[in-house]
Amino acid sequence: MSYAKAQSKNVVWDWLTTVDHKKVGILYLAGGAFFFALGGIEAVLMRIQLMFPDMAIVQAQTFNELLTMHGTTMIFLAAMPLLFGFMNFIIPLQIGARDVAFPFLNALGFWLFFFGGLLLYVSLFTGGAPDAGWTAYVPLSSNSPGQGLDYYVLGLQVSGLGTLIGGINFLVTIINMRAPGMSMMRMPLFTWSSFVASMLILFAFPALTIGLLLLMLERLFGATYFAVDFGGNIIIWQHLFWIFGHPEVYILILPAFGIFSEVIPTFAKKRLFGYSAMVFATLIIGFLGFMVWAHHMFTVGMGPVANAIFAVATMAIAVPTGIKIFNWLLTLWGGRIQFTTANLFALGFIPSFVMGGVTGVMLATSAANYQFHDTYFVVAHFHYVIIGGVVFGLFAAAFYWWPKMFGYRLSETLGKWFFWLFLIGFHMTFFVQHFLGLMGMPRRVASFLPGQGLDAMNFISTIGAFLMSIAFIILLIAIFASTKNRDNVQDPWDGRTLEWTVPTPVPEYNFAQTPLVRDLDPYWYEKHEGDGKIKAAEPLGEIHMPNATVLPVTISAGLIVASFGFIYHVLPLIIGGFIITFGAMFVRSIKEDHGYHIPVDVIKRDKEEGK
Amino acid sequence: MADHQAVEKQTLPPNPEKATLDGRNKYLGFWFFLGGETVLFGSLFGTYLGLRGGVVDGPGPADLFHLDLVFIMTMILLTSSLTSVFAVINMKRGNYKGLLMWMWATVALGIAFLGFEIYEFYEYYHAGLGFTTSAFASSFYTLVGTHGAHVAFGVSWITVLLIRYKSTGLTLTNAPKFYTAVLYWHFIDVVWVFIFTVVYLLGIGG
Repeated sequence: MSYAKAQSKNVVWDWLTTVDHKKVGILYLAGGAFFFALGGIEAVLMRIQLMFPDMAIVQAQTFNELLTMHGTTMIFLAAMPLLFGFMNFIIPLQIGARDVAFPFLNALGFWLFFFGGLLLYVSLFTGGAPDAGWTAYVPLSSNSPGQGLDYYVLGLQVSGLGTLIGGINFLVTIINMRAPGMSMMRMPLFTWSSFVASMLILFAFPALTIGLLLLMLERLFGATYFAVDFGGNIIIWQHLFWIFGHPEVYILILPAFGIFSEVIPTFAKKRLFGYSAMVFATLIIGFLGFMVWAHHMFTVGMGPVANAIFAVATMAIAVPTGIKIFNWLLTLWGGRIQFTTANLFALGFIPSFVMGGVTGVMLATSAANYQFHDTYFVVAHFHYVIIGGVVFGLFAAAFYWWPKMFGYRLSETLGKWFFWLFLIGFHMTFFVQHFLGLMGMPRRVASFLPGQGLDAMNFISTIGAFLMSIAFIILLIAIFASTKNRDNVQDPWDGRTLEWTVPTPVPEYNFAQTPLVRDLDPYWYEKHEGDGKIKAAEPLGEIHMPNATVLPVTISAGLIVASFGFIYHVLPLIIGGFIITFGAMFVRSIKEDHGYHIPVDVIKRDKEEGK
Repeated sequence: MADHQAVEKQTLPPNPEKATLDGRNKYLGFWFFLGGETVLFGSLFGTYLGLRGGVVDGPGPADLFHLDLVFIMTMILLTSSLTSVFAVINMKRGNYKGLLMWMWATVALGIAFLGFEIYEFYEYYHAGLGFTTSAFASSFYTLVGTHGAHVAFGVSWITVLLIRYKSTGLTLTNAPKFYTAVLYWHFIDVVWVFIFTVVYLLGIGG
């Protein structure tokens, strides 16, 4: 394809076939936000049902479906894709790369995630969503009637494949595509933590793949891994699920840690305190994340020795996490702190997340865990770390990188309303749930009885959920009402890292000349030690770009067709779907696609226009 | 002959599979992919080890496995790894014909292996070990079958490469493709060594 041909496309086709990491990033954000809204609506419905005792807004079966879809959606379809959106857009810019290592696979990863998510949601219209909780414990899940769990198994399988591909892509990008001078120990913390998170994805997701495969074979083809009367064992599912599931929570929180490590130095006007300690703490958290899965299974009956080992390993994670907390505090110490919305979320994160960490250590105490297990105490704990950590990180990232990504600054006034309402609503919803749990209210119940001392706190919790919903609506208003703030978008926060050196909107080739990195925080270094401009590592020349392609959508669509074939036992659909998928892979394999080149005069023209 | 090789060497760098950024990305990405595959098979091995005693009324490992058949299969697959090494050696020497020939040998051995595996499953099925007979049966067929599916995918992949590039000569584009295919082939060979040990030897002796 020539340069001219690559430029002339209609909008829909362009987004459907794009392999540009920036557009794929925005697609991830849009897809993630869509599912985030759905998951939020499910949460509010559950809270309305639990607002008063003996409510009957939804039936018990519907409640089970709501709680399953809420958990599954928020983890797999909202939090991870939203993080992937920022990772896709920002990592190549932060390391001075023109693209990711595998632009094709990058697009494929997005479409697999999105189609997998849609497949999961089709279940709402075909007679019942999955209803066995996001952990889908057997035999509840293997014996669940209807097709709900089949959608769960296949939807997650397809979207998990996309995540795995995305993880490998980030790993290779970060190792192979760094600009000259960008050594590993000069990489911004967001890139570092995304690197470790991608490592976790690589080694954790295959366990889920196998778990889902076994559950699928059990449900659809009569296999007997989990059927005790055939010699099966139900604990195997729990092990496989948590060998994936525990690293998964670090996959979510580590990039959020990275975001805070970008936001806090920028708005404290100080270099990050203890950079190398931060890097090693991230690596240690990633490593220990694989050693602790069985703390989700303390009450299964593994025995005191196994429980003790996993309890101690779990508590050990508090050490590197504590190092990080202190490093953020010491970065703020003596800094000129600006209370922008992004920084408010970072500052709000520190105490909120510490509270979640404290209850985490309480839950890790295996003897006490018998009391906490399956109560609202657990619900309170993981919402404190996931909302107080991951979601605050996502909101901080949105306000921080929005100008670079979309070319306008989000309104700070609306942003602050949003922050305070969300912070108050969040603590109101989940703080009281600690006590509900300690009083014995089990999680995943559709209603509770009056007169047991649970009424008031459940009511408060629901009001908090309403506040969070209002806050979210304010965010949506801010997104649409702020579009006039188009000035000062290239480097609005006096940034420190390479993503602020490129023009806004970012040209498709990112850097006209590959930058030369001379220090940690390269932009800050050039502002204060150099002439404020990044040095170029190469002369101006033609830039090679990959071609857009429709094959990623085709491969993903084929898998969805095959999934319907599996769910409804229609052999032609299975075969047809696989023919589409493998046919597209075959085309990809035999057709050499060498991309196109952007001529020098176009790059020069862009430069003169200040693009 | 010596002259011919010298000319080839000048046209391509000594490690054509890693000479371009694209090639290096493929090479590294594929190693990461194999890391993920290791966890995948690790999970299947764990499941099998947890369930191999769950035979209920069906036949157990010692009733079914014949080491002679498995020995032949092991030898075939190990030899196929050797032929793929010869292919890579020929690639590095710039002898493209040799590369193609040894890759075809690898494909042929892979197909022979698959033939034996299908025969093996057929025998077990007729000895009363259906997929749903017992937890042992399900986990055995899943582990060994997943490996077999990997072999089948590898055979088709290499065949596509061999037909697509039968007359192009070695290029900087197809060198990484052949190289990663060989890496994949070695990987499924290593997995088979573990299957031989954990499933068959342990099944009969342990």
